[in-house]
Amino acid sequence: MSGIPVTMDSPPPPAAKQSAQSRVRSFTRMLSTRFYVSATMVAMILFFAFLGPFFWGVGEPKQIVGGLYEAPSRELILGTDNFGRDVFTQLMHGTRSSLVIGVVAGLIATTIGVVMGLTAGYFGGVIDEMLMGITNVVITIPSIVVLILLSIAVGTKSIVTMAIIIGVTSWPWTARAVRAQSSSVRNREHVDLARLSGASTVSLMFWEVLPYMLSYIFMAFVLQLTSGILQEAALSMLGLGPSNAVSLGIMLHWSLLWESVRTGAWWAFIPPTVMLTLIAFSLFLLQSSLDEVFNPRLRGR
Amino acid sequence: MNEPFYSVKNLTKVFGGGQEQVVAVKDVSFDVTPGEIIAIVGESGSGKSTLARMLLKLSQPTAGTIMMDGEDVTKLKRPNQLKPYWRDVQGVFQNPAGSFNQFYSVRTVLEKTFNLHEHRLSKAEKLERIHKALNLVGLDPQQTLERGSHELSGGQRQRVIIARALLVDPRLLIADESTSALDASLRVTILNVLKDLSQRLNLSVLFITHDIGQAYYLADRVFVMYRGEMVEQGPTETVLQFPQHDYTKRLLADVPRLEGWTASPGDLSIEELAKALT
Repeated sequence: MSGIPVTMDSPPPPAAKQSAQSRVRSFTRMLSTRFYVSATMVAMILFFAFLGPFFWGVGEPKQIVGGLYEAPSRELILGTDNFGRDVFTQLMHGTRSSLVIGVVAGLIATTIGVVMGLTAGYFGGVIDEMLMGITNVVITIPSIVVLILLSIAVGTKSIVTMAIIIGVTSWPWTARAVRAQSSSVRNREHVDLARLSGASTVSLMFWEVLPYMLSYIFMAFVLQLTSGILQEAALSMLGLGPSNAVSLGIMLHWSLLWESVRTGAWWAFIPPTVMLTLIAFSLFLLQSSLDEVFNPRLRGR
Repeated sequence: MNEPFYSVKNLTKVFGGGQEQVVAVKDVSFDVTPGEIIAIVGESGSGKSTLARMLLKLSQPTAGTIMMDGEDVTKLKRPNQLKPYWRDVQGVFQNPAGSFNQFYSVRTVLEKTFNLHEHRLSKAEKLERIHKALNLVGLDPQQTLERGSHELSGGQRQRVIIARALLVDPRLLIADESTSALDASLRVTILNVLKDLSQRLNLSVLFITHDIGQAYYLADRVFVMYRGEMVEQGPTETVLQFPQHDYTKRLLADVPRLEGWTASPGDLSIEELAKALT
């Protein structure tokens, strides 16, 4: 029998390699107006929080610059708080703390969730039952209660401690979703083929299963980040926030404590509230616009 | 030369326990000699794929032994212990799309297989082997290597996966429903690739299928599986002409035929067959 002639089963695409340029172009085509709007908003918030203090404000958020609840003026555009400190400066620093807490808490929660979910979904069986048992128990405990108890137990807290407390209580949903996905990807045949190439279990999980979930994990991270910021605000408003930093939640806490609502000092509580809303809104928008890129089925709806 | 090098004895796989216990594979035994093509035929649920997974050491048998060159490999479990085994026994699966990790190019997929080799190969050696393997399955390396799986057709993907197996010079290739997900014309191409490879490389092929027609086309011997048991085995002609088991007879009766077409194996009379065999 002679050798098999070299044939292609279908006409080959004109170029064997898609050029990097056209790849970038087809990626940008998928991005919607929603993406550009939300990305711009996020960029502006980041600029405001991290570079803003170099351009505007009075420098130190705790520096006393005026009297109690001074109304907004030309010099202090958002007036002063209950101790005569500049609200605008506080807003910049507070936004920064809130973002840092969100990112760190999001990273922690996503990492724990991915490790738990991936392991449970990949191995199945007893390991799955055990890990998901733990996850379900954590889910059923109302997280705000755990947060409050943990915050009280820890005592003095830095921003990072705060983030850790939020992170270690908010991973279960990610774990469950990742588990569902990994147990389905795990049954794809390329995983078995990679095993036949002698790959170890860890490298199978990392190189064959995980890549299929990266887009999902990124989305989960954005959601965790957002909810981390909101949880921080809730905790801090109750007075359980970081001890010697300014965050958006802490600003709300002060304004509650010092009766700003009753005295009509709207500049003390409206700005942090609006900022929180803006952050959450733009991140959710970003998340959903990226969802369109990763899930082509949602496109054009 | 034609001594069996691979043998399976009383292989059994039981899933679950107690009331819900399912015996997927029951007491299956057979030998494989170099260069022969064996078809394992059975309907879905007959335990074919469970058998294939056990033979590929992707799942552990409940009972029985797998012997390779007189060595018992049944108990081996860890990937590192199994590397020598996988150098001799490789697999090709049903779904060519699922056989590809969509994030890797053909080159990456192929290069992962070199992980099995004892010695580190140089880059040039690797490339040479890859070229050789792709040529063997009828693909142009220049056109294929840098592509991702979405840039290949189903038939091309399946050939790449066969080429992947060939990189380690295996002695036994286990093809589990490897043509079922392809359309009819491509199916024949893949069958021809397997037949050709078996002859050229003295490669034994265990071809698992639900289609008795493909078994007839390809195999030297046919094993028939029914509800986890091997109900019949023997040379292709004998099994298809003189089916002993009711299930085999049913399988043969179910093969769709064209009006007036008599070349189908079940249709030959015994006299005609006897003539053909002598």
